[in-house]
Amino acid sequence: MAGKPKLHYTNGRGKMESIRWLLAAAGVEFEEEFIETKEDLEKLRNDGSLLFQQVPMVEIDGMKMVQTRAILSYIAAKHNLYGKDLKERAWIDMYVEGTTDLMGMIMYLPFQPAEAKEKNLALIIERATARYFPAYEKVLKDHGHDYLVGNKLSWADIHLLEAILMAEECKPDILSAFPLLQAFKGRISNIPTIKKFLQPGSQRKPPADEKFIAHVKKIFNM
Amino acid sequence: MSEKPRLIYFNGRGRMESVRWLLAAARVEFEEIFLDTREQYVKLIKDGSLMFQQVPLVEIDGMKMVQTRAILSYIAGKYNLYGKDLKERAFIDMYVEGITDLMHMILMFPFSPPEAKEKNLALITERATHRYFPVFEKALKQHGQDFLVGNQVSWADIQLMEVILAVEEKTPAVLLAFPQLQAFKTRMSNMPAIKKFLQPGSPRKPPPDDHYVSTVLKVLAEE
Repeated sequence: MAGKPKLHYTNGRGKMESIRWLLAAAGVEFEEEFIETKEDLEKLRNDGSLLFQQVPMVEIDGMKMVQTRAILSYIAAKHNLYGKDLKERAWIDMYVEGTTDLMGMIMYLPFQPAEAKEKNLALIIERATARYFPAYEKVLKDHGHDYLVGNKLSWADIHLLEAILMAEECKPDILSAFPLLQAFKGRISNIPTIKKFLQPGSQRKPPADEKFIAHVKKIFNM
Repeated sequence: MSEKPRLIYFNGRGRMESVRWLLAAARVEFEEIFLDTREQYVKLIKDGSLMFQQVPLVEIDGMKMVQTRAILSYIAGKYNLYGKDLKERAFIDMYVEGITDLMHMILMFPFSPPEAKEKNLALITERATHRYFPVFEKALKQHGQDFLVGNQVSWADIQLMEVILAVEEKTPAVLLAFPQLQAFKTRMSNMPAIKKFLQPGSPRKPPPDDHYVSTVLKVLAEE
C-alpha cells in the first residue's frame, strides 16, 4: 500500500513550493521532513538518498525522486493534470517552462548581491509584464476557455496561478493590464483544493525573509 | 503529409544541439535556419513566432515549439524514446535533468569572463567526475544492461552520450575511472543512427568558437 508522499527540503518555498502546490491541487496529502541544519543535509547525502546530492527529494511510490521537473511531471501525469495526448502535453510543457523561468528569477532575487537587487526586481517586473503574462493572456484570449490547455485543469494552470501570486508579491498591481489573467486568477483560486491550500494553516510556505535566507545560505554553504 | 521538422537557431551547438542529437538518433531528417543577424531575430519576434521571445524554435507537426525541454520531451514521446510507463519516464526525466545541469555549465562556459574560465572548467570536471558520472556508472553496473532505463534506448542514453563527448572535449581522460561508461560510449557510438551523426557532414555542430559567441551576443543584443 502506497503511503503519503514525503517531501525533503528546507522549511520554505524554494524549488519545493511548486511541488506542494501541485500535490495540494491534486488533493494529495503529503508529509514533510525539514532540513534544519547542515548535518541534516549531510545525512541525506551520506545515506545515498539524493541521486545528485541535491534537494528537493520526494519519496513517492517507492522511489526517492529528485530534480524538480521530473517530480512535477510524474505527479502531473499520475493525477491526470498533463493533458490527454502528446500535443496537449507539449503545450503544457511549454507554458510550464515559461512560468518556471519567471518564478526562478523571483526565487533567486534574495540571493543576489544587495546592490543588484533593485535592477533585478525591475527586470522581473519587465519580464512578467512584457514577456510572460502577455503570452498567457493571449492563449486565454485566443481560445476563450477557462483553462490554458484542452479546456481542462492541468499542471500549467496551477503553475501559472503560483507564478501570478509570486509576481503580485513583487508588485501588487502587476496584473493591471491583463484582464483575462485577473479572471483566471479568480477562477483557479476558487477550485476547492486550491482554495484550501491558499488558506492559513495549509502547507503553503510564506515568502522568505532575511533571517530565513541567512539560514538557507548556511545549510547549503552559499 | 508531415513535413520535416525545422530548427531555428544560431549556427552552433548551444541549446539546440540536444535537439539535433535526439532527432538524429530517432532517424528523423530535419531542416535548419541559422540566425546570423539581429534583423532575423527581431522579425521572428514581430511575426509572433517566439512565444517567450526566445530561441530555440522548432517547427514540428504544425506547432511552433519553444523551450528546449518541452521540445525534447515531445520528440522523445513521439519517437518511443521515453520509456514504456510512468515510472520509466520518471527515471528518464531524473537522469536527463541531471545531465542537463552538467550540460548547462558547458553551454555557458564560452560566455564566462576570461578570468573565470579556469575555475569554471575545473568545476565542470569536478561535477562530472564526482556528481554525475558516478550515478550513471552505478546505474549501468547495477542492472548490467546496455541502456540506462528499461533495457531499451531512451532519451536519457542519447543525452548521456552527448554530455560524455562534450566533457571529453574539455577533459580528454575524464572517463578513466568509469569502465561502464567507456563501454556505454563505444556501444552508443556504434548504433547506426548515432554513428552517422558522428561523421563529418552530419548536422552535428562543432564546439563553440569566438565567432559563435560574438554572433549570439550580436543577435540577442546582449553586448
